[in-house]
Amino acid sequence: MMKKILAKSYLYLLLLVLYAPIAIIILFSFTNSKSIGDWRGFSLDLYANMFTGQAAHSTTIARAVVNTLVIAVAAAAISTLLGTIAAVGIFNMRNRNLRQAIQFTNNIPMINPDIITGISLFLLFVSIGISGGYITVTLAHVAFCTPYVVLNVMPRLARMNPNIYEAALDLGATPMTAFRKVIIPEIKPGMVSGFLLSFTLSIDDFAVTLFTKGSNGLETLSTYIYADARKGGLTPELRCLAAVIFLTVLVLLLVFNRRSNRLAKQ
Amino acid sequence: MSLSPKPISGEDCTRRAPDIPLADKRKSNDKAYIIEIDHVSKWFGEKQVLDDVSLFIRKGEFVTILGPSGCGKTTLLRILAGFNMPTDGRVLMNGSDITDVPPFERPMNTVFQRYALFPHLNVYENIAFGLKLKKEDEDSIDRQVRRVLKIVGLTDYEERDVDSLSGGQQQRVAIARAIINRPQVLLLDEPLAALDLKMRKDMQMELKQMHKDLGITFIYVTHDQEEALTLSDTIVVMNKGRIQQIGRPTDIYNEPVNPFVADFIGDSNILNGIMVEDHKVLFMYHEFECVDEGFQPNEHVDVVLRPEDIYIMARNANAMINGKVSACIFKGVHYEMTVVTDRGYELIIQDYNMFEVGQEVSLIIKPSDIHVMHRERFSNTVKAVLKDSTHVEMLGGIFECEPQEDIEAGTDVTVNFGFDDVELMDYSDEGAATGTVSFILYKGNHYHLTVTSDSGEDIFVNTSEVWDDGDMVGIKILPQAVKISKA
Repeated sequence: MMKKILAKSYLYLLLLVLYAPIAIIILFSFTNSKSIGDWRGFSLDLYANMFTGQAAHSTTIARAVVNTLVIAVAAAAISTLLGTIAAVGIFNMRNRNLRQAIQFTNNIPMINPDIITGISLFLLFVSIGISGGYITVTLAHVAFCTPYVVLNVMPRLARMNPNIYEAALDLGATPMTAFRKVIIPEIKPGMVSGFLLSFTLSIDDFAVTLFTKGSNGLETLSTYIYADARKGGLTPELRCLAAVIFLTVLVLLLVFNRRSNRLAKQ
Repeated sequence: MSLSPKPISGEDCTRRAPDIPLADKRKSNDKAYIIEIDHVSKWFGEKQVLDDVSLFIRKGEFVTILGPSGCGKTTLLRILAGFNMPTDGRVLMNGSDITDVPPFERPMNTVFQRYALFPHLNVYENIAFGLKLKKEDEDSIDRQVRRVLKIVGLTDYEERDVDSLSGGQQQRVAIARAIINRPQVLLLDEPLAALDLKMRKDMQMELKQMHKDLGITFIYVTHDQEEALTLSDTIVVMNKGRIQQIGRPTDIYNEPVNPFVADFIGDSNILNGIMVEDHKVLFMYHEFECVDEGFQPNEHVDVVLRPEDIYIMARNANAMINGKVSACIFKGVHYEMTVVTDRGYELIIQDYNMFEVGQEVSLIIKPSDIHVMHRERFSNTVKAVLKDSTHVEMLGGIFECEPQEDIEAGTDVTVNFGFDDVELMDYSDEGAATGTVSFILYKGNHYHLTVTSDSGEDIFVNTSEVWDDGDMVGIKILPQAVKISKA
C-alpha cells in the first residue's frame, strides 16, 4: 500500500516538474501584469489585446502566426506528396540491399541535429544563390518532414495485400488508375498521419527556420518569440499565444492518438 | 465419362477418346485453341522456374495446372495474366501474340489466392470495379452486379463491407468481380486453398457448375490432386518448371508417365521391375501378366500399383504373393493396410475388409491393374572437370576417382555412377559435396531419393535409410564407382 502511494506520488511529482513551466505561463496569461510572478487578479485583458491588436507588436505577431501556418501547410502538403511517392518507390524496389540502404538514408535526417540541418541548408541556399524567404524556409521544412511521411506510409504498404494492385490491373485499370483507386485509399491513413506530423514539426521548428529565413524580415512564431524575448523581456501577450498554441497542439495530439488507436484496433 | 477420381475397373477408362477436346503439348492443325503457350521459359535471376513449357488450351476447357509448391505453376498463370513476362517464348490468344500486352488490356480475369478484394470498397463496389472503369452506364452495371451476385449466391450482400464476410463469401465476391467482365478466360490461382475442407468441397461443385453455365475457359492452378481430379477436363502436371504429363483425370490417374506423377496423384505403390517381354513383367520376385507392351526385352521399368487395385484375402494356395499385415488404419469407407510380403516388400493396400495386424494374407493383382512405366534413367550422369589423375570436380565438390591415364587434367568429362554407389552422410562436411533431399520415392523395399546438390544438379540415390524432404546431406561416392569418359 505504502509502496503504491510512493510510486504514485513519484509519478505526479515528475508530471508537476515537467508541466509546471507551461502551467505557470498559462496561469499568468489570465492576469494583466508586465512580468510573470506578479499576479494582479484574474483578467482576460491580455487575450483581448492579442486578438484585437491592442498589444505593442500585434501586427507583427499576427503576421508571424500567418507565416507559420502558411509554411506549415505548404511544407506538410509537399512532404506528403514526395514522401508517399518515395515510399511506394522504395517499397517496390527489387534489390533488397539497395532498398535497405535507401531506408537507412531516409532515417538520417530524423536523427541529424536540427542545427546541422539548418547550417547545411543555409550554406546550400547561399551557394546556389537563393535568397532567404518563404521559399527557402518551406524547402527546408520539406527536407526534414519528408522522411517522417515515408516512415508513416511504408507500414501501410507492407500491410497491404500485394495482389490488390494486380487485381486492379487485371480488371482493366491502367497502372495510374490502379494507384489512384486502390493504392491511395489503402495508404491514406499513413499519408494523413504523415501530414499531421509534418504540420506540427514545421510549426515547432526553430533552428532550421532561423538559419534559412534570410534577412528580409520573414518571421515565424518561433523566431519572432525568440527575437522578442532577446529585446528585453517577453511581450506579455505572448503568454496568451503560448497558451493557445499549447492547447492547439494538445488537441491535435489527442486527435492523432485516437486515430492511431482506432487504426490499431482494426 | 465419369469424373470420379477412382477408376471403376481398368479397361474402360484407361484409353482416351480422341474426339473429346483436350489441352495438349503439341499443336494440332485444328484452330480451336484459345490459349497457346509456346516454348515459354522464365528465369528469376539465376533461378529457372519454367523450362520450355508448351501448352495448347481449347476454348471452353477446364484446365488444371497441378504441381507441388515451387513447381512454377503460379508463375505460368501470372505469365498468362500478364503480371510476369516470359524470358523466352510466346503466349498467344485466339491466334494473336499477347506476350507484350499489359494485363489491363487482356480479355481475361484472375481470381487470386488470397482473394485480393479492395478493402475500402463494399461488395457492390468491388464487383462493379471493372465495369465502372469501362464507363458503362449505372443501370446496366446495377443489373449485371445483381446477376453475378445471384450466380455466386450472394444476393442482398451489396452493401456489406468485404472485411465482414467469411472466407467463402469473400471468394465468391472475388469470383463475381472477375466473371462480371465476361472474360474469355478465367484464371484461378489456388482459389480454394484458404477455405476449410467442407467449404472447399461445396465451392468445387459450384465452380464446376459455373464453368458449365458460363461456357468460358477456366485455367485453374492448384497443388491439391483431389481437387484437380474432381474439377478438370484436363490436368497438366508440373514439377520443377517442366510439364510432366497432360491428360484427362482418368489418364493421369491410371496411366502416369513417370514415378513423380504416380506418386503425386493419389496413393500408389511404385516398385522396380523388369519387362521380360510384352505382357509379362517381373517384380517382387514374381512374374505377372500385364497389358503393357512396346518395351525392350528385359527392360528395367517402374511398376505402379494403386492401393485399391490389390486384392487381399486370407492366406490361400492360389495367391501370387504372400505376406503379413503390419499396420491397419480405418479410413472411413475402407481400411488402409500395410502388408510386408514374405520377400520383404512393403505394400499399401486399401480394401473394404479388415485384416488384423499380424494376420497372414495373400495378394492377387489383375493384369489390367498393373501399370508399367519406362525408366527415365538407369544411372547418374553429371558434367565434371578432371582436376588431376585421381580427382574429379563435380556437383560443387571434389571427388576421388581411380587413376586416369588417358585423360589430361583440366579436361571436361562426363561422370557416370549408379544409384547405389552414392552414400549420404548426416553431416554435410563428411561428404565431398553437399546437397538437399528434394524428392523421396518409396519403392517397396528401398527409397529412391532425388538429391539436389548445392551446385543445382540433381542426382538420384537408392538407400534403405530414412531421410526427410529438405534434409541437408553430404554426398559421398566410392572412388571405384566413378566412371569417367571424355565429354
